[in-house]
Amino acid sequence: MSSSGVELPTRSGVPPAVKETSISPRKRRRVRSVGRELWWLILPGAAVYLYVVVVPTFQGLQGAFTDWSFGTVGAPNFTGLENFTRIFSTDAGPAVFRTLQLAFVVVVAQNIIGLALALLLNGRVFGRNMLRTIVFAPMVVSSLVVGYLFKYIFGPPGVGGVNQVLAALGQQPVDFLGNPTTAMVIIIVTVLWQSIGGNMIIYLAGLQGVPAELEEAAAIDGAGYWTRFWFVVRPLLAPAITINLMLGLIGGLKIFDQIFALTNGGPGNQTQTIATLIYTYFSQYADYGRSAALALLLAIGIAILSIIQFSVLRRQERNS
Amino acid sequence: MKTTGLWSRFGANITAYGSTLIFLLPVYVLINLTLRPADDLTPPIFPSSRPTFDNFITAWTTSSLPGSIITSLIVTSISCLVVLVIGTMASYPLARSTSRLSTGTFYFFMMGLLLPFQLALIPLYIQMRDLGLLGTVWALIIVYSGVQLPFTVFLITTFLRASVPLDYEEAAQIDGCSPLMAFWHVVIPLLRPALGTCVILNSVGVWNDFFTPLIYLSGSGQVTIPMAIYQFVGQYTTNWPLIFASLLISMVPVLALYLMFQRYVIQGFAGGLKG
Repeated sequence: MSSSGVELPTRSGVPPAVKETSISPRKRRRVRSVGRELWWLILPGAAVYLYVVVVPTFQGLQGAFTDWSFGTVGAPNFTGLENFTRIFSTDAGPAVFRTLQLAFVVVVAQNIIGLALALLLNGRVFGRNMLRTIVFAPMVVSSLVVGYLFKYIFGPPGVGGVNQVLAALGQQPVDFLGNPTTAMVIIIVTVLWQSIGGNMIIYLAGLQGVPAELEEAAAIDGAGYWTRFWFVVRPLLAPAITINLMLGLIGGLKIFDQIFALTNGGPGNQTQTIATLIYTYFSQYADYGRSAALALLLAIGIAILSIIQFSVLRRQERNS
Repeated sequence: MKTTGLWSRFGANITAYGSTLIFLLPVYVLINLTLRPADDLTPPIFPSSRPTFDNFITAWTTSSLPGSIITSLIVTSISCLVVLVIGTMASYPLARSTSRLSTGTFYFFMMGLLLPFQLALIPLYIQMRDLGLLGTVWALIIVYSGVQLPFTVFLITTFLRASVPLDYEEAAQIDGCSPLMAFWHVVIPLLRPALGTCVILNSVGVWNDFFTPLIYLSGSGQVTIPMAIYQFVGQYTTNWPLIFASLLISMVPVLALYLMFQRYVIQGFAGGLKG
């Protein structure tokens, strides 16, 4: 699951729950008794979760250190860190760099544009609900379909939409997806087109929590638009910024569909990211051990980056 | 903003409509290209001189789209229903019990939000192969039921803690309701907004997911919509008008539902993501 399985528990924005401390001892016993008596309700969910997520994840973790492949019968042999040294001597190094680069650019761009659009469509714009609906619409469409749509638009000379327009204007054609650098840019554009609406919606929801009186008071005190944005709106948007950055980062590291549709890792493996390499090792080489090693790398990367980001952003949120 | 003048309002409108047009441009190209024969090579920003609906008919009859819509419907509805039922059940004790074990279990579920599915991918693949479920919708339903669970538990548990006061359940119990009856008759109806959010997010996620069916369904006759598109593109690599017809067909049901329920979808996303 790439799209919706990436949310992180952040309690910000949720009003404090019925605080256990504020409940008298008698009530507290009652609270416990409700949960205790129905504890078995958790069983089906826990069983499915263990079977589908937890156990296979641990097996995958083990598999990352073995010579596990399609032909393996019985238990695969333990090979230590060999999978890791081998993937890093071939494709993994550049792929790691590319994955981080892609995630970083996507996160920064989609937050800047998403916030700008949210501010714009929160203002007095005629028909703003319709505009919001349009900008958000790509979020509900399959990212594979979006990938193919952009594959045509930025297709090779003579075929692609942009190239046909360039030719009609008498300009030189550009082989967007045939060149690794431009191909990465096109991947980023495709991801952005689809994801900006989601960022915008979260920022819009955050902007609803900015009291108009506060901004008016600042305006009366002589604060200009940008001053008001920076000192009044931005601190109140902190939770929305946290969520957008977290989700964007985790989602950005896992981008698969768009790359698969647009370039399939090409040209010459120059747009492979960790997510696409995992699939390549799985399907083309049937090398389960190395595929699992890459997946483990992705898991560790996501965990480290999100812990760093979470703690940094939480501190900022508290300070502002 | 009250103080903004006429000019800046004008500017805001222009910028807003301009950027929305940029968002619409690819869709315009999509529709435009679909309505032309394959040999029409006028630039895609101009409408074709010989518009035709043939591409839709060819795409519908030669691709596996018709069957895939049924498959996608089955997979999405069953897995969403399963996740909703077991997720709600699991969330209730997690939200209500204050014991250390219950808090620990909650965080144990939340761990699933961070784990990339790719790590579990191959062991599950072997598992499904050994069970003989590879290439059937059941593999997908089982996988989705587990993968979507942490997020559902997270949403419902936080909603229960924040917005469903205990008083109702206590009142029901004083009136002689058993805990289970209180859960069913009192708590579940109060959970409706959170359940709606879960349905929207999970179904959009499952409906559009490509990676999971690519792994568990490849090589079989049963395909979901993204898989059907993938196969169709492989079959007609360069016939873009025909491919675009298939893309458009696949987009129409989701977009129609989205436009009908756009307020709920957008609220669901905002609420769900805000957590």
